[in-house]
Amino acid sequence: MELTRSQKEIQKAAQEFAKGEFDKEVTVELEQSRSYPAELLQKAAELGFVGLQFAEEYGGGGLGLVDACLVAEALCRKDSTMGSAVVLAAFGAECLHRFGDKKMKEQYLEQVTAGKMLAGIALGESDRGDDFTVLDTTATRSDNEWIINGKKRYVTNGGAAGFYLVLCRTEAKHAENSGVALILVEPDRPGITVADLGDKLALNSVALADITFADVRVPLTNLVGKEGQGLAQARAFLDEVKILAAARAVGIAAGAFDRALAYVKQREQFERKLAQFQITRHKIADMATKIELARLITYRAAADFDKGKADPTLSAMAKMTAARMAVEVADEAIQLFGGYGYMTEQEVERYYRDAKTIELCLGTRESQKDRIADLVIGKLK
Amino acid sequence: MQLLSYTEDHHRFRARLRKFLAEEVTPHVDQWEKEHIIPRAVWQKMGRAGFICPALPKEYGGGGGDFLHAVIVIEEIARTNHSGLATPLHSDIVVPYLESYATEELKRKYLPGCACGDIITAVAMTEPNAGSDLASMQTTAEEDGGEIVLNGSKTFITNGINCDLVVVAAKDPRAAEAHQALSLYLVEAGTPGFSRGRRLEKMGYHSQDTAELFFNNCRIPKSNRLGAAGTGFYMLMEKLQQERLVVAVMAVAAAEGILEQAMRYCRETMGPKGPLNRSQALAFALVEMSTEVKIGRTFLDKLIVEHMAGSRIIVETSMAKYWTSEMAKRIADRALDLFSQAGALEKTPIVRTFRDVRVMSIFAGTNEIMKGIIAKMKIN
Amino acid sequence: MNIITYSAEQQEFRKRLRDFLEREVSPYVDQWEREHLVPKSVWQKMGRGGFLCPSISTEYGGIGGDFRYAVIVAEEMSRTCCTGLAASLHSDVVVPYLDSFGTPEQKRKYLPGCVNGDIISAVAMTEPDAGSDVAGMKTTAVEQGDEIVINGSKTFISNGVNCDLLIIAARDPGIASKHHAVSLYLVEAGTPGFNKGRQLEKMGWHSQDTAELFFSDCRIPKQNRLGENGSGFMMLMQKLQQERLTCVLGAVPAAELVVEWTVERCRTAVQNGKPLIKSQAVQFALVEMLTEVKLGRTYMEKLVMDHIEGQTIVVETSMAKYWTTEMVNRVADRALELVGEYGTLEDCPIVRAKRDVRVMSIFAGTNEIMKGIAAKFMGM
Ligand SMILES: Cc1cc2nc3c(=O)[nH]c(=O)nc-3n(C[C@H](O)[C@H](O)[C@H](O)COP(=O)(O)OP(=O)(O)OC[C@H]3O[C@@H](n4cnc5c(N)ncnc54)[C@H](O)[C@@H]3O)c2cc1C
Ligand SMILES: Cc1cc2nc3c(=O)[nH]c(=O)nc-3n(C[C@H](O)[C@H](O)[C@H](O)COP(=O)(O)OP(=O)(O)OC[C@H]3O[C@@H](n4cnc5c(N)ncnc54)[C@H](O)[C@@H]3O)c2cc1C
Ligand SMILES: Cc1cc2nc3c(=O)[nH]c(=O)nc-3n(C[C@H](O)[C@H](O)[C@H](O)COP(=O)(O)OP(=O)(O)OC[C@H]3O[C@@H](n4cnc5c(N)ncnc54)[C@H](O)[C@@H]3O)c2cc1C
Repeated sequence: MELTRSQKEIQKAAQEFAKGEFDKEVTVELEQSRSYPAELLQKAAELGFVGLQFAEEYGGGGLGLVDACLVAEALCRKDSTMGSAVVLAAFGAECLHRFGDKKMKEQYLEQVTAGKMLAGIALGESDRGDDFTVLDTTATRSDNEWIINGKKRYVTNGGAAGFYLVLCRTEAKHAENSGVALILVEPDRPGITVADLGDKLALNSVALADITFADVRVPLTNLVGKEGQGLAQARAFLDEVKILAAARAVGIAAGAFDRALAYVKQREQFERKLAQFQITRHKIADMATKIELARLITYRAAADFDKGKADPTLSAMAKMTAARMAVEVADEAIQLFGGYGYMTEQEVERYYRDAKTIELCLGTRESQKDRIADLVIGKLK
Repeated sequence: MQLLSYTEDHHRFRARLRKFLAEEVTPHVDQWEKEHIIPRAVWQKMGRAGFICPALPKEYGGGGGDFLHAVIVIEEIARTNHSGLATPLHSDIVVPYLESYATEELKRKYLPGCACGDIITAVAMTEPNAGSDLASMQTTAEEDGGEIVLNGSKTFITNGINCDLVVVAAKDPRAAEAHQALSLYLVEAGTPGFSRGRRLEKMGYHSQDTAELFFNNCRIPKSNRLGAAGTGFYMLMEKLQQERLVVAVMAVAAAEGILEQAMRYCRETMGPKGPLNRSQALAFALVEMSTEVKIGRTFLDKLIVEHMAGSRIIVETSMAKYWTSEMAKRIADRALDLFSQAGALEKTPIVRTFRDVRVMSIFAGTNEIMKGIIAKMKIN
Repeated sequence: MNIITYSAEQQEFRKRLRDFLEREVSPYVDQWEREHLVPKSVWQKMGRGGFLCPSISTEYGGIGGDFRYAVIVAEEMSRTCCTGLAASLHSDVVVPYLDSFGTPEQKRKYLPGCVNGDIISAVAMTEPDAGSDVAGMKTTAVEQGDEIVINGSKTFISNGVNCDLLIIAARDPGIASKHHAVSLYLVEAGTPGFNKGRQLEKMGWHSQDTAELFFSDCRIPKQNRLGENGSGFMMLMQKLQQERLTCVLGAVPAAELVVEWTVERCRTAVQNGKPLIKSQAVQFALVEMLTEVKLGRTYMEKLVMDHIEGQTIVVETSMAKYWTTEMVNRVADRALELVGEYGTLEDCPIVRAKRDVRVMSIFAGTNEIMKGIAAKFMGM
């Protein structure tokens, strides 16, 4: 796969931005104080790194998912945590961009792409990912309002977002896939309670919360797209953001790898550079190979997506492969750093935790495999 | 077949210790993890209760027990799910240097304090530029009259902030051969010229005060040398078998704890299709984890018996150190998957274990060093 | 520490067996591999030598030894790399059915021949459409007067060509419950209606006569039923612990042998002017293999002792079966990589080993089945 000239330029710009703006000490502070890097987001947005795949009329880049992935990779490579925070600012906006109406998009997307607002999407309800078919959150129609009741779990940017797309059941449970809709809810509506989920394995600077809706009223016009389409929309959204998550994983792995590589080339033990030990060399070779493999499948998925041939199987494969690879590569990076690898200062342990988080969100390996197996095996006779 | 023969005394010891830890340690662990240190008072309580240096002879204030008492302490501390209260390092790794190599006078001076928790020890070998390659150590120890003058710095030292007494490895710059230049010295906290650096921020082991130590014309009496001049390497080698075995016990105990949590979670948590352990993939994962834990435990128990019988099992303990620490990491990694999103939250106990076990393949000789040793002894 | 200790008698037995195998078996293995069959005369020699069915009581010609004899036979047989002479299958898997569940008459009739090698036995459970799912078997056994009429076919049956006595599982079509319909029957070779089909071509186990068996109105006397009518499943379940342990006894020594060869090969083979063993990557790989093998051996020995003590260790033997067979596959796989191009030639013993060990994770219950059983017994 060859990148176009403009893609190469975007990649380079993102690399330069990351190099100039990211500072690992600041990252550690933000992580410890659990504060979102608002300034950084603002700057990234000014350079057009938020919402690259959104239409230009809403402040987007008018580009594709490949471009968005290039930026995600470059940012996470330089700093896994800040990179992730910037990419996740728009988490949910992707869905609004694809399925929302013009008015909504003008009102919200412009702010998101300007780095002035965080997006939010609330799909799942259980403690362990979501089986959307057993949705308990309801939206009932009354005159010209939806009345929403229910509890959503694990909402990224929960409590900090400028809007939430909430997956609700609008009809009784009988029809399996119909009767579900996405409804946009403004955070200042009465009846919303946000419960932050506390310290996390990683990514503490990005909020994560449970959100409860108790008789929350929003205008009927807040419906995103059509009634009955909610499930399909959520799935399409997940298929898209899994590719972005894979790109983050590739960036994280590459970043951990960069650091390990530099380290083994410089550190001496037994009067030799670590990079002179065969075992070290082979580890480096393994890591480089794994990254390249994951990168290939990730960009292939993104490119197909841009060509209008989005493939859910490939999305799941890319997310699973890239996340596992990132965990393994970052783990090896820690090992190559020896005791230093265990220290916060050297960053790789944070990369490792960030990588692990990607493996844990948007469905674990098993859940990706279930999806892949379903699609590959098909219906049994 | 029971490989380990625990006596009634051992069982009572374990029960008393478990009660002690439940009362004095577990309720405070979260706080210590946040404060990044363990209060000295806990060491003292633990020592007074007879749980520190359980294998040290009674005449020096120890428990007069055997290595199984040490194993019990490691296992029970593992159940408290934190790593700050590093009494196993103290009791089973550092104090044995004193017990084996110190003069009678030094033993009388220090060992009773070590046993009752008044003296917290540390061992300082690693330096910023000498980790795996101990022979390249740069800290120097030069004789000057009746004194030894230490200069240099150490890093990653467990109990670095709390320690009252440090076993320091340093080199005589005048010795010709690297391996014969090394000696071990006892340095008391408060000795002029000995200072502690910053406490290091780490991925895990948060309640553990791992720190840098500095020696700047630090003068100690010559009598504070352990053993004969130049025998440092020999002493380190002698003690490594037990050190590695201790890490293997820690690793297996941690893995068993993780497995227990994961099993319970999967039994009690409902997934889309019933309890999680009804999912074949997750059930298989639990079986695979249990199998590795059982295999590791069996190997470990055998080595404990052999170690207690005085066998030389350097190859086997090196195998156990690398394999069980890798195993514990694999189990922690897999278990976190099973917890799914909950595995992303710090309040899920297993998250701490996950962070803590990661270091086991690094310290006490990295796993690559273990493999190198085995290769040297077994293959070359 | 030796987990398994052997009596002087057992050590003597091992020595005699080793001599026997070196004389009568090893020199011919290559030939048998080419011919895809082991001559029956070898079984007889082995029986006359006292090496078959050592667990059978003296009353029936055996020596009434404990399971340690099985360990000795399995280990010594492994060293010959002769898969065809399936002595462990005969002595430790098939004949025990007869020994445990046979009537005194059945035992008097068959056991002495099983012990002296005149009777080669086989067990037939698997069918073309019923492998892991044993309960799905279709072969029927219908009572007609004093006779039982068997119809159906079996496949993958070890010793299928050589066997003189077959223990076959078949169902009574009149009983609805799958699990209560199955009984075990003794069928002698030569019984009209019992035909041995073709010998199956396999990836490995070339000297082993794995075959299909056909039953077409095959009539046997009613007294040839083993145990109570409908108790087939109960008997199978009861014997599985030992069957799996027998697989472990095959896997671990095979892995040990592969590692031994590989170390030897890497010592002598030269690449780019230096012995392979000088390469750090090769050394680490060998160390990892040695470690896994040692872990497997330790676990195996512990389970052997538990088994001899009469403990129920269904979970542990299932775990050991899957882990050790996967281990031997991993080890063989890695070994092939290490020896390089030579590993593509049949001349290289590891090649045969790799082909032979591959089946271990499939037969006697696939490893997935093992994990499923362990999961079930662990309450999942
Ligand atoms: C850091 C973080 C941020 C998040 N942010 C958001 C957000 O902003 N908005 C939002 O809506 N959600 C969010 N989530 C939730 C996330 O989207 C869900 O994890 C994701 O939707 C999982 O969906 P899934 O259906 O693929 O998982 P599921 O398939 O439900 O998987 C859940 C678990 O069950 C296991 N499992 C499921 N089925 C099987 C089976 N048949 N066999 C074996 N195992 C099985 C899986 O392995 C997995 O461990 C977040 C989660 C995390 C950790
Ligand atoms: C939490 C913690 C507590 C500790 N406590 C103590 C303590 O109390 N006292 C003390 O003295 N030390 C302590 N240490 C230090 C620890 O023992 C060292 O970190 C360890 O020995 C590795 O040294 P290093 O960090 O310098 O890594 P390095 O030696 O620089 O190794 C870096 C990487 O290179 C690999 N490597 C090195 N040599 C080779 C080779 N020949 N072939 C192949 N690979 C090689 C290593 O395996 C590792 O992966 C502690 C460390 C930690 C993290
Ligand atoms: C050399 C050789 C010798 C043999 N000797 C004998 C003998 O002497 N007597 C005898 O009776 N049989 C014998 N067998 C048969 C052997 O026991 C069967 O091959 C085995 O039980 C598997 O059955 P199958 O081949 O039908 O595979 P299947 O049962 O069809 O299994 C195919 C695959 O699906 C997997 N699978 C099955 N069920 C599940 C599940 N529930 N969950 C997940 N995965 C599953 C299996 O693990 C396997 O990977 C022998 C086989 C061989 C190759």
